[in-house]
Amino acid sequence: MYSDKVMDHFRNPRNVGEIENADGIGNVGNPTCGDIMNIYLKIENNVITDAKFKTFGCGAAIASSSMATEMVRDKTLEEAWDLSNKAVAEALGGLPPIKMHCSVLAEEGIHMAINDYRKRQGLSLWEEKDPCSHAEEGESQTCQH
Amino acid sequence: MGEKRTVYMDHSATTYVRKDVLDAMIPYFAERFGNPSSIYHIARDSKQAIDTAREQVAAALGAESDEIYFTSGGSESDNWAIKGIAYANRKTGNHIITTKIEHHAVLRTCECLEKEGFAVTYLPVDNYGFVNPADLENAITERTILISIMYANNEVGTIEPVAVLGAIARKHEIPFHTDAVQAIGNIKIDVNAQNIDLLSLSAHKFYGPKGIGALYIRKGTKIENLIHGGGQERRRRAGTENIAGIVGLGKAIEIATGDIEGHNNRIGALRDRLLTGILETIPNVHLNGHPENRLPGNINISFEFIEGESMLLWLDEEGICASTGSACTSGSLEPSHVLMATGLPVEMSHGSLRLTLGDANTDADVDFVLSVLPKVVSRLREMSPLYNGGKKGGYNVQ
Repeated sequence: MYSDKVMDHFRNPRNVGEIENADGIGNVGNPTCGDIMNIYLKIENNVITDAKFKTFGCGAAIASSSMATEMVRDKTLEEAWDLSNKAVAEALGGLPPIKMHCSVLAEEGIHMAINDYRKRQGLSLWEEKDPCSHAEEGESQTCQH
Repeated sequence: MGEKRTVYMDHSATTYVRKDVLDAMIPYFAERFGNPSSIYHIARDSKQAIDTAREQVAAALGAESDEIYFTSGGSESDNWAIKGIAYANRKTGNHIITTKIEHHAVLRTCECLEKEGFAVTYLPVDNYGFVNPADLENAITERTILISIMYANNEVGTIEPVAVLGAIARKHEIPFHTDAVQAIGNIKIDVNAQNIDLLSLSAHKFYGPKGIGALYIRKGTKIENLIHGGGQERRRRAGTENIAGIVGLGKAIEIATGDIEGHNNRIGALRDRLLTGILETIPNVHLNGHPENRLPGNINISFEFIEGESMLLWLDEEGICASTGSACTSGSLEPSHVLMATGLPVEMSHGSLRLTLGDANTDADVDFVLSVLPKVVSRLREMSPLYNGGKKGGYNVQ
C-alpha cells in the first residue's frame, strides 16, 4: 500500500521531537480525525535552521511529517512557505489517494509555524493561497471535524 | 539471523484452511468434478458429497438438512436473507429492525432497501455492545417484517442474547435472522431452542475455504430468491454448485462444532493470558467489548495517544498480523461504526487494536506479542503530541 520511501520515513522518522524555545510552532489536525501534527521551527536570519515534529496519526501522517521537516530545513521562510503538499507526497514516492490529506496537514503545519514566527516578530501574516489549490487531488478527502 | 516469525492473530478476518478440510476437498477438483445436475455416475458422486455436507451443516445448527442452502459466503447469505424476506413480505409491511453494530453486509443491504421505500430501525447498543431486548420489543410495529441481529460481533466480540431476542420475534411472529458468521465453532447453536428463522454462516471463519457459505431458512419461511437461473438448491439458489467448497464447508463445520467447549477453553486461556499481559504492562488502555461475554479468541483494546494503523504497520514489521478500527485502514475517514456505537470517544476508536486468536496460536505466540507490543506502543507514544509521559489525565472513557 505504501511506497518504500514512505515506509523508510515511517520506520526511521527524521526530526522527531520538540524544539525548546522554538521560534515558530504549528499545531494542526484534530484527534477526532485521527491525526494531529505539531511542527517546531528554529529560525535564524529568515532561514529555518532546525525543524522537528510530533505526530499522532497513521503511517502516512508520520512519514509526511518526517519528509516535510526534512524539506524545509535550511530553506528561507519564503521557500518553505512555497513547499506544497504535492511536493511532500512526490518526495515520498506518492501517497495513496485516501492519504493525501496527510501531506496537506504537513503543509498546513509548516504554514502555521511560519506565521506563528511572523506573529511573534510583529510581522504581517502570510495568507494561504487559494484554499482550493489542493482540489486537484481529486480523490483526496478532508476531515469535516 | 533467524527466519522472520509470523504470528497470525486476525482469525476474525479469515482463517487458514485446515489440512484435513483441504484433504477432503482435493478429490472434488479434478477427479469427482461432475456437475451434480447430470445423471452419469461421476455426477452422482458430486450429488452424494453435497448431500453429506448439507447434513453436516444441519447437524451443527440443530436444523433439518432441507433447511440448508449453500451460498457464496456470509455476504450473499445476509443479502439473501434480508432482501428475500423484505421482498416476499412487502404486502404485509415495510419495516425492518436491525442494529448499529452489524457487519456491512447487513447494514448496506438495509440502506439499499431504504432507498426502495423500506423503513429500517437501527437499534443502539450499550457500552459493551449489547442490544437491549426491551429496545427490540419497543421498536416492533405492525409493519415489521424482519428482525436481523448478529450473533456475535466481529470487532469487539460481544455475544448478543440471541435466544431472548429470537423469542421476542417469535412472540410477534416476525422472521428472525442472525448473522452467525463469527459464532460458528465458538458458540453452541440450536436454531430451534434459540428461536432462529434464518442464519448466515461462512466457511472461511472456521478453517474452511473462502467463497462458500450457507443460509439456514426455517421450513415454511416466506422468502424470495436472490440469485436467479438454474434449478439448483431446490430451485432456491441458482448456479452450479461449488462442490469442493461445499465439501470443505461440511467437513470444517463438523470439526469446528465437534468440541466447542474444548476449543473455547484452549483459545480462551491463551487470549486471557495475552489480555492480562497487555493490561499489566501497558498503561492508558481500554478494553472494548465485555470482559467476559465475548468470543473466546477476541481482544479489542484501545491505546490512548496513538493511532491504530501505525500500530499495525509496526506489528507487521515484527511479523504480527492484527487489525484496527481506526479510520486510517478502512478506506474512509470514519472510524469503526461498532466502536462509535458503544460510545467510545472517536480518538480512542482510532487507537484500537483487534487481536483474534485461533487454533494455530501457541503460548509462544502470546509471549512474542507481549514482548513486541509494549515497545511498539511506547515508540509511537514517544512521538505523539497527545502523550504526556503517562501522567494522569488521559481521555475520558465511560
